[in-house]
Amino acid sequence: MIAARGAPEIEKAKLRLEIAELQAVLNAKEQQLLELQSTISTGASNGGEPESKQDHQKLSNDDIARYSRQLILPDFGIGGQLKLKNSAVLIVGIGGLGCPAAQYLAGAGCGSLGLVDYDQVERSNLHRQTLHTVARCGLSKAESARIALLELNPHCHITCHASLLNRFNAMDIMHGYDVVLDCSDNVATRYLLNDACVMLGKPLVSGSALKLDGQITVYNYGTQGPCYRCIFPVPPPPEAVTNCGDGGVLGAVTGTIGAMQALEAIKLIVGLGDVLAGRLLIFDGSSCQFRNIRIRSKRANCHVCSDQPLITQLIDYEVFCGMHATDKDNPLQLLEPEQRITVVDYQKSLQDKPHLLLDVRAQAEFEICQLPQAINVPLAQILDGSYLQQLDAQFKSSGFPIVVVCRRGNDSQIAVQHMKNQFPEHFIRDLKGGLHAWTNQIDENFPIY
Amino acid sequence: MGSKETPDLKIILEFGAGAELLFGNIKKRQLSLNGAQKWTIAELLKWMHANILTERAELFIQGDTVRPGILVLINDTDWELLGELEYELQPNDNVLFISTLHGG
Repeated sequence: MIAARGAPEIEKAKLRLEIAELQAVLNAKEQQLLELQSTISTGASNGGEPESKQDHQKLSNDDIARYSRQLILPDFGIGGQLKLKNSAVLIVGIGGLGCPAAQYLAGAGCGSLGLVDYDQVERSNLHRQTLHTVARCGLSKAESARIALLELNPHCHITCHASLLNRFNAMDIMHGYDVVLDCSDNVATRYLLNDACVMLGKPLVSGSALKLDGQITVYNYGTQGPCYRCIFPVPPPPEAVTNCGDGGVLGAVTGTIGAMQALEAIKLIVGLGDVLAGRLLIFDGSSCQFRNIRIRSKRANCHVCSDQPLITQLIDYEVFCGMHATDKDNPLQLLEPEQRITVVDYQKSLQDKPHLLLDVRAQAEFEICQLPQAINVPLAQILDGSYLQQLDAQFKSSGFPIVVVCRRGNDSQIAVQHMKNQFPEHFIRDLKGGLHAWTNQIDENFPIY
Repeated sequence: MGSKETPDLKIILEFGAGAELLFGNIKKRQLSLNGAQKWTIAELLKWMHANILTERAELFIQGDTVRPGILVLINDTDWELLGELEYELQPNDNVLFISTLHGG
């Protein structure tokens, strides 16, 4: 019963990826050509890395036509455009925040953009990561974004860093840029970017979003501006951190915050307006309220940005935070093997017999898809005991085996562990790997999310 | 203050960016606290723990203060600028608890 995807499907996906990869090569070549042409016309020569040291003294006619709507802004003008043209911005994370941020920066005429992302484009990214396309699923996010950005503005010099930023490569990657955008999706990377920006003396435009909420501020700016560690000296406990894959997020919310990150970067480069430093902008999309709150200034004993820092070189941020530097799933191993049942065994030996199948996902997720006979009891109702009281009475009479299922087989283990304490003698198993395993091993037509 | 019957201390309590999920999913509450006593944020936290915290307490409180990653704002200003736990609540104060987000 192992599901095999149809051969034509695999062939189609392979071809799409090959086309996308060829397109990436083509784009790189076109950019090389453009650079050579501009070298000849201006007599300047550039290395391969970010061209933050570019020194354009005037705008071309094409620049003037292209940027006319912002050139006529009195506070921006020719001076602002030239500063942008000579600037280099590094965007870390080319996802829901990074895509709109990169799009507005490239569109506005930022001379050089660095794109950091270790990950590949997936279908579940497309609702919010608006630079990527169906045809580029499987391609590196940095390369995919480069293709889209060069279509928008071929004058933008784009450097792709398709690797996971860590303490060994961060300084090298970051040193050539004027401003860094934190568009990442995890706590460890946020501390890494902060510390590196402090050590390199660069402002950090930090954005984040989840569900219908967003937050943005600028760290490490000016003499009094706090760094991330001034505000958050201690990382949050891992169980208090939710990622977009588990909590969900609306694309228009990440888009709002990402666009504002581009705006703050432009203001920093051009020297325009009041930079969002020492303040945190909080966006509540459900009530459409923005709140601008005053946060503390530099912490006198900050471990990284004070006069006597304790941290003077980058550390292991995954250890420091107790969390991985990605938002990928980390399968839990809570239960002993004999307390679990595989999807294959469940289907073979239990599914057709009397049993109780508890689905512990949230109601909104249960409504997306569910196994036949499954009863929805969200994890919270199992942990707070309310469901188990109900169950107790039924239990005394029936001896049905219980199987607990969730999306990936993590929450189901937590539920089984909790129920085992209450009913140590009863047959209770978690469905190993959850509904994802069901799709992969039993029924390829069962939706995956 | 000064009058014989002490009026209640009325404040507004708000939660955002997911912190509300620990408090019955209610984002905004009007509180009337016993006006006869002094209320610092430390006392407010104890009251919240005893009366309205519905989910796992360790996701909100650690020791006698809020856990790392929750910002406390009093009238839209970081509590660190106002004395943190020692801050004494005033009538009509707005106290906002906000979880920090890490997704993108």
